[in-house]
Amino acid sequence: MNGVHDMGGMDGFGKVEAEQSEPPFHETWEGRVLAMQRAMGYAGAWHIDDGRYAQETLPPRTYLAASYYWRWALGMEKNLLERGFVTEDELKAGHALRPGKKLPRKLTKDVVDAGMTRMSFFRQQQGPARFKPGDRVRTVNINPLTHTRLPRYARDKVGTVELIHGCHAYPDSVASGRGDDPQWLYTVVFDGRAIWGPDTDPTLTISIDAFEPYLEPA
Amino acid sequence: MADHDHSHEHGSELSETQLRVRALETILTEKGYIDPAALDAIVETYETKVGPRNGARVVAKAWTDPAFKQALLKDATAAVGTLGHVSPVGDHLVAVENTPQRHNMIVCTLCSCYPWEMLGLPPVWYKSAPYRSRAVKDPRGVLADFGVALPKETEIRVWDSTAETRFLVLPMRPAGTEEWSEERLADLVTRDSMIGTGLALTPAEIAK
Repeated sequence: MNGVHDMGGMDGFGKVEAEQSEPPFHETWEGRVLAMQRAMGYAGAWHIDDGRYAQETLPPRTYLAASYYWRWALGMEKNLLERGFVTEDELKAGHALRPGKKLPRKLTKDVVDAGMTRMSFFRQQQGPARFKPGDRVRTVNINPLTHTRLPRYARDKVGTVELIHGCHAYPDSVASGRGDDPQWLYTVVFDGRAIWGPDTDPTLTISIDAFEPYLEPA
Repeated sequence: MADHDHSHEHGSELSETQLRVRALETILTEKGYIDPAALDAIVETYETKVGPRNGARVVAKAWTDPAFKQALLKDATAAVGTLGHVSPVGDHLVAVENTPQRHNMIVCTLCSCYPWEMLGLPPVWYKSAPYRSRAVKDPRGVLADFGVALPKETEIRVWDSTAETRFLVLPMRPAGTEEWSEERLADLVTRDSMIGTGLALTPAEIAK
């Protein structure tokens, strides 16, 4: 979807301000939100792309005003409600009012280390890769209302395949409830001028990681 | 929560956010989805165990061991996996090398993808709108925000982390460190140098 989360190339947000000696968390609740999200992910409640899509579909003003972990909390709550893991009356009560739904597994203290190792997104290939490093490609012009990982600034642009990362779960399908739908994944590099126009710094190149359905031969 | 969306920034209502998050944890615990002790362990790990030191060790090793460097650039996940003392990484780590000709910078314009196992929790600026919006369009301007100026002929390559691949910048080894041990070199490797918004410290800078 063409949401405010798709920020590449937007102007007006100002300088990047780095905080010196930044703590891991600024508030205790931030760590709890992160850990709850990790635990629900490990349990198999929803996929990482469902988590992203829940945040993307927050009202734009909410998305922009919320701090990072608060946005996580709002996205998590949305997924909990939409998937029936929690109900509105429970949120209001602050307590469970009925038993939970069954989940594939539970993150307990003894498996935290395993639970924190990033899972693999490799999937069984469904066919040969259509492109190889060096191929010229054009990204597709799509504007789906659903989740996609093809940023607006890189649509309908010509670039070159640089790396091939194997076959991965396809976020556009995963977040639409259509399963892994494995696709080849490539790093595609663009001349900055192909993206931002002739006045761009000629030394700039930008790459995205593009799933095969985002690409056509150029 | 909708009517409280933007109330969390104000000090007087911080406790309300805290209470709401606590209520959520209570509900999820009572429903049997989560284990608060596991949550404690996760928070503790992020607060005390995972951090840029992991990445710094990898970089220092690459600076001193050409075979490791070659392996790292070929398959970073496999190479890091051979270092027992660094926390395990997922399958999709890619290391990109800075050279006098090319400087690499990592961003995630769509959310805030970041090599957590290598660098720990991302800093707030990495997840902020200014960085996510500008890094792909005006990376030299972003570098200037960090006090870094590169020669105008240096190629700038920005890697937008739009999938589950995660990138780690291998910064250039500072001059005057030829005799340094891996351990000492690791002290020169800053978090920002591995994101590409900074350079490794020089011996003079670390002496300060």
